[in-house]
Amino acid sequence: MTVSRDGLKGRILKLWLPLGVSLVFALFPFYWMAITSLKPNQELYNRKIMPLIVHDPTLKHYVDLITETSFLEWTWNTFVVAIISTAISLLFGAMLAYPLARIRFAGAALVSFAIAATYLVPQPLLFVPLADIINRLGLGDTLTSVILTYPTLLVPFCAWLLMGYFRTVPVELEDAARIDGASRLQTLVKVVLPLCGPGFISAGIFAFTLAQNEFLYALIFLTKTEVRTVPVGAIAELVRGDVFYWGQLMAAALLGSIPVAIIYSFFVEHYVAGLTAGSVKG
Amino acid sequence: MTVQSLAPTLTRRRPAFSLGRWLERGGVFSWLMVGPPVAFMAALVGYPFFYGIWLSLQNRPVAKEGVFVFLDNYIAAWHDPVFWQVVVNTFVYTIIATILKMVGGLGLALVMNQDFRFKNLTRALLLLPFIVPTVLSTIAWQWILDPAFSVINWVLIATGIADPGPSWLGNPYLAMGSLIVVNTWRGLPFYAITLLAGLQTISPELYEAATIDGAGTWSRFRYVTLPLLMPVIFIVTMFSVIFTFADFQLIYVLTRGGPANATHVFATYAFDIAMNGGQFGQGAAIALTMVPALGLIILAMAIYMRAPKS
Repeated sequence: MTVSRDGLKGRILKLWLPLGVSLVFALFPFYWMAITSLKPNQELYNRKIMPLIVHDPTLKHYVDLITETSFLEWTWNTFVVAIISTAISLLFGAMLAYPLARIRFAGAALVSFAIAATYLVPQPLLFVPLADIINRLGLGDTLTSVILTYPTLLVPFCAWLLMGYFRTVPVELEDAARIDGASRLQTLVKVVLPLCGPGFISAGIFAFTLAQNEFLYALIFLTKTEVRTVPVGAIAELVRGDVFYWGQLMAAALLGSIPVAIIYSFFVEHYVAGLTAGSVKG
Repeated sequence: MTVQSLAPTLTRRRPAFSLGRWLERGGVFSWLMVGPPVAFMAALVGYPFFYGIWLSLQNRPVAKEGVFVFLDNYIAAWHDPVFWQVVVNTFVYTIIATILKMVGGLGLALVMNQDFRFKNLTRALLLLPFIVPTVLSTIAWQWILDPAFSVINWVLIATGIADPGPSWLGNPYLAMGSLIVVNTWRGLPFYAITLLAGLQTISPELYEAATIDGAGTWSRFRYVTLPLLMPVIFIVTMFSVIFTFADFQLIYVLTRGGPANATHVFATYAFDIAMNGGQFGQGAAIALTMVPALGLIILAMAIYMRAPKS
């Protein structure tokens, strides 16, 4: 499998050509985002100028984005929401996963079935009743509204992933701790959790990127500038009337993607592990 | 402890109730653990789901009291030509995008399953469309498909293929096609990377054995790779079908369901009626009409996923 038998030509045809096409297709929109955000308006809106490169780069759109809009506030909101909802999801996910992975108890089958089912309930099914519930609770236009609802999207995934990791801890270790007098909770906290660090990182990264990504609930629940997240802020406030501020939009899109991309680049392996856990382990 | 000292004979035969020991019982400990998250999910997924059904049976303008109308909202949807267009649009969008992602993802996974330099870097780059917030990358696509300044049209004009070039999001068919392409762009890496992980679990010995038995490239793929990859393909596809079927953000950003409802799907149409039109009852009903199709997929998945692993 390692050495290609059909020489350089075959290798180009079977490997580099399809790979190159895929990479261009996958990355072109990001390139486009980046160069658009660097073009001055007279270059952006002139069809005579070759658009594939920047002729006269400027940071004006970035400066405008940061000084004229609430972009920094949106970034902060997105970050706060993502961190808190990820923390809640990991806690709840672990609380669900450990008993399901280790203890036979009445109702376990029902609980795991319910988790699997809620994992697959798409948001559009719930947004109308949730909008009404959030309004009645007086949580409209508060970050609490999304901090409460995002974990509903993330907990099932975290529980599912952590269950797999808890199962990999040898039962003998837990038995030994119990015999030495540790309670179930102590066994979990002092023996099992320290061995499942990678699981928590995978679940955490995944949950964090999903929380940064969320749009529908944020669009419905957050209608004031000061509580918006980046995706909603960009869509709702960088398009004024029918006017699209393309330079600023692209700057916002790029800056909004960077935190996710950086975190992701540090933990690619964990992310891929999380991504594939649900399908390959299943 | 005081109980023990007061009645030593009793405790010797039958230990007194001890909170600590009670908490150590498997069932008690388990339910104390799963109880809070289960209650949380019941309150914010279970309750809204049933409340949504109740809403869908009411004439319920936003911020007003609802009037129970039983199935009127569903009957109204049944007689609404736009609703049927939405059904067709959703299925076209889901089926074509899923096929493109599945075939493209499998192809890319097979390509990636060879040995080459910078494999991890390539994999990381290819996953970018999937991890970057969808709304933000869709904004870039909107600019790529812009009616006046589309870069695709610039290329078409520069190469003399078409002048002035089509209106990608203005023509009903091209708009649907564009949405499908963008959805494929976003979802294909998910297929490719998960299928690649699946491919890597297939033992090379199986291929050697097949080769010795005289199997060619196609036979090895058809009789070794494909059957062993089937469970992964099944799971990935189910996931993808559910979330493509219920897609919202991509369509909302690119076309808002237009031109002339040509790209409205369940989620965007329900949003339009509930949020822009203020008809919560009707909106809830439209969203719930997704349930029969989704229910079948979810049931199959849930049964598959909770099957014992060991």
